[in-house]
Amino acid sequence: MLIADRVIAIAIMALSAYFMWHAIALPIGWNGMTGGPGGGAFPFWLSLIMLLSAGGVLIRSLMQAPSSQHFFDSQMLRSVILVVVALFVTIALIPVLGAYIAIPLFIFWYIKIYGRHGWVLTAALTIGTPVFLFFFFEVTLKILLPKGVTEPLFFPLYAMFF
Amino acid sequence: MIYRITRRAALAGVASIAMIAAGATSALAEGWKPQKPIEMVIMAGQGGGADRLARLFQSIIQKEGLASMPVLPVNKGGGSGAEALRYLKDNEGDAHKIMATLNSYYTTPLRTDIGVDIEEFQPIARMALDTFVLWVNADSDVQTLDDFVAAVKASGGEWKMGGTGTGQEDSLVTAMLEKEFDIKVTYVPFGGGGDVAKNVVGGHIDSSVNNPSEALGFYQAGKMRPIMAMTPNRLDVFPDTPTATELGHDIVYWMQRSFVAPKGMPAEAVAYYTEMFKNLSQTEEWQTYTREKALMADFLSGDELQAYFLEEREKHAAILADMEGDGAS
Amino acid sequence: METLALLADGFATSLSPINLMIVILGVTAGLFIGAMPGLGSVNGVAIVLPLTFIVPPSSAIILLCAIYYGAMYGGAISSILLGIPGASTAVATTFDGRPMAQQGKAGLALIAAAVASFVGGTISVVLFTLFAVPLADLALAFGPAEEFALVLMAFTTFVGLGGDDKLKTIIMICLGLVLSTVGLDLISGQPRLIFGDLPGFYSGVSFLVLAIGVYGIGEILYTIESSRTAPQVTPAKISLRDLGDGIRTMNRMWRTMSLGSFLGFFVGMLPAAGATPAALMAYGIARSTSKDPKSFGKGNIEGVAAPETANNAASTGSLLPMLTLGIPGSPTTALLLGGMVMWGLMPGPMLFIEQPDFVWGLISSLYTANFAAVAINIALIPLFVWALRMPFTVLCAIVMVLCIVGGFAPSQKMHDVWLIAGFGVAGYLLRKADYPLAPLVLALVLGPLMEKSFRQTLISEQGNVLAFIERPLSGTFIAIAALFFVLPLVKYLRKGGRRSVAPAE
Repeated sequence: MLIADRVIAIAIMALSAYFMWHAIALPIGWNGMTGGPGGGAFPFWLSLIMLLSAGGVLIRSLMQAPSSQHFFDSQMLRSVILVVVALFVTIALIPVLGAYIAIPLFIFWYIKIYGRHGWVLTAALTIGTPVFLFFFFEVTLKILLPKGVTEPLFFPLYAMFF
Repeated sequence: MIYRITRRAALAGVASIAMIAAGATSALAEGWKPQKPIEMVIMAGQGGGADRLARLFQSIIQKEGLASMPVLPVNKGGGSGAEALRYLKDNEGDAHKIMATLNSYYTTPLRTDIGVDIEEFQPIARMALDTFVLWVNADSDVQTLDDFVAAVKASGGEWKMGGTGTGQEDSLVTAMLEKEFDIKVTYVPFGGGGDVAKNVVGGHIDSSVNNPSEALGFYQAGKMRPIMAMTPNRLDVFPDTPTATELGHDIVYWMQRSFVAPKGMPAEAVAYYTEMFKNLSQTEEWQTYTREKALMADFLSGDELQAYFLEEREKHAAILADMEGDGAS
Repeated sequence: METLALLADGFATSLSPINLMIVILGVTAGLFIGAMPGLGSVNGVAIVLPLTFIVPPSSAIILLCAIYYGAMYGGAISSILLGIPGASTAVATTFDGRPMAQQGKAGLALIAAAVASFVGGTISVVLFTLFAVPLADLALAFGPAEEFALVLMAFTTFVGLGGDDKLKTIIMICLGLVLSTVGLDLISGQPRLIFGDLPGFYSGVSFLVLAIGVYGIGEILYTIESSRTAPQVTPAKISLRDLGDGIRTMNRMWRTMSLGSFLGFFVGMLPAAGATPAALMAYGIARSTSKDPKSFGKGNIEGVAAPETANNAASTGSLLPMLTLGIPGSPTTALLLGGMVMWGLMPGPMLFIEQPDFVWGLISSLYTANFAAVAINIALIPLFVWALRMPFTVLCAIVMVLCIVGGFAPSQKMHDVWLIAGFGVAGYLLRKADYPLAPLVLALVLGPLMEKSFRQTLISEQGNVLAFIERPLSGTFIAIAALFFVLPLVKYLRKGGRRSVAPAE
């Protein structure tokens, strides 16, 4: 628990420093002539407060006695990582294969392989979700989802519904 | 149902693509038609003047059936339109994307290096030129341009001029006024033109250079007073307001409302969209709108439009150089 | 009396069978759009705007108002059932709505939200009917200094009261504020924090992206980790008796609801401020004036009622500057304004004089839309509650897909979908390490307004910081803000208890 706390505090400190480095591209000082703080002032000084507070969290955790509580439940961590990886793969596939291939693949994986549900439920959701997405987002709301290489397959559908 | 058709019968799908492709080629002979909804990228956020106008176009196109596919507006207003410009650049050759522009079409690439050269884009049509008018609160003592100049000078630089974000149109017009009359104002940037007009009426700022459409409501209610129009001829809606030219000052500034397309859009598609906007410019709705909102409906397309863009870019480069030379932020 | 006659005429229009049909259709569509994470009233209104040309303007505006109201009601549904605020106005609803759903009281929470929305909507429409024109002047009195003071007040009523780790709360507030500065700096016109020129950051980090990330994806990951050891959501049931119970419970909350309504209406009326600060302030005030402030955030029904009355009242309030001044207070009202302009109506001070038929038709349609919304919403509650009874893995898969698609839909950028995934993982880790997430989300919502109005004031006042206190309206707000900041501090010090007050910015 303490180790994770420290790692997160250090990560926040690094992130703050990174923000500060970007913020100094614009003036960070107070300029009375142009009326107050420059464009970089807010992000810079707030990041500094963040850096110092995260430092405080780090020091505090260093002074605490080690606890036996674990940050991650090692067994459950595996499922979390699996889901995160599946999510990232799905997002990466969307611009390439299109939302109408990537999302059903994700649903299929999640329901059938990860969730170990039956075929009927899996099939219903894998087919039902994209149909719903198409009619709700594209036909009703006129919001087009990315299609990637599957784009030409949709031309007849557009002709039919628009 | 539909899903199964596309997914399971993949082979049939491929066959149908071939057929559609064949159909598309034969259609080419008769003239190109969009095969999917047309994306209308707007260089500004939701709710602003540019956005409202783009959605007006969308509505007229849909109502009059000017396009065979729906036109879908998408706002990409980030970084004063930098986001939209980059998006257009990244979609080279796309025949289903057009962009509604405003003057940030020139100023944004001039002010920050975003790797976009507007010369590469395909011009489609210029629909209108929006005008600028100098406004004060109706309770103010300022009645004429001379009063305005005197009041600004008397304030010792504390005269508050409101406008849209720094580097955008209103700030350029303000810079032109400062240079012409040798005055110095405090420029207060706001999120949008409506916000600026409201702050003039509420007395939080002293003047603005709003487009007529943004201030018309307040003007009709007797809450804002136009001082000078930055146009060559008087505007029909403000017949008693002198123009800068009349008063002997060379200040004319327009906001262009045009459409452009990505580089490499097929010529047939360009012709299609040009025709669509040409028809649009002749509709009753559009003509009424331009008359009521003091817009100059000045249709321009093709090479003439490109020449106009490049000329305007030069002008803006000069104004921006002046602004930065003054050390104004 | 003249007002009543005009309103009666308006009702004659809005109650015609065809318009009633339009209201029912519009409300139902709005409800579903609002219930979708990522989509809100803006999307609904934007979609139907062009369609409104086929019907006469009076029917068109009824359709738009019906969708607007429906979406406002619908926003609470996603907040309560999934814990993902569908719009920034519904953030405060998640604080108690989500715990209630987890305790199996989703039905009750939804009833509370519907009834509260109805009360807020009704009170504010009555205020609107009676005082629309004179109140317009109040909206004008608000300049940048007042806006800043108001946002500060919203911030202090809210933050600064939590019992969370002080340092960690500060970190989260700062992180939210820093994220809110990403994109274009309006004042200098320069891009900032775009991280190596990624065009996706030009338009900043949207509230929806962060909220869907931390509350949607982050929450799912957190639940996955804890779910197999302990079933996390108690199955919810709903019956007619619950409805009666719900309404009886609500009957005891008149103080909270009337406060939320007035607050919502007045804050919503101010352009640029709008419904989000209103809902947060209503929640904050309900909590700090409650006899049992500790129960807030753990499923107190008042914590659902307060923000829901306020955000619905605010959405009505925000129509006021749009109609009377021609100034939209939110993107949605900006689109409505655009619609009116397209029909050849000129919103602004003259509208009430020149187009009374339209104005009163609109106001009366707000009454009908409100009635229709509460009825349809309550009728659909069993459906929503039933959706919660799905197996957890199924629900997870569906919610994740909705997060991806809902995150993509508003901006149509894959960049935002990646950010959602990133915020989801970060939110999960931060939550495990006991970092409070609400201040992060709130800071991102209020940050841009705060910085902009702060700097605008300083520019127009030549850098004079005292301007905030010298102006009567903003001075009053600052004083109230200070009071809210100090009050809990004093309370805790007097008790001699553990200080758990986080300083606000």
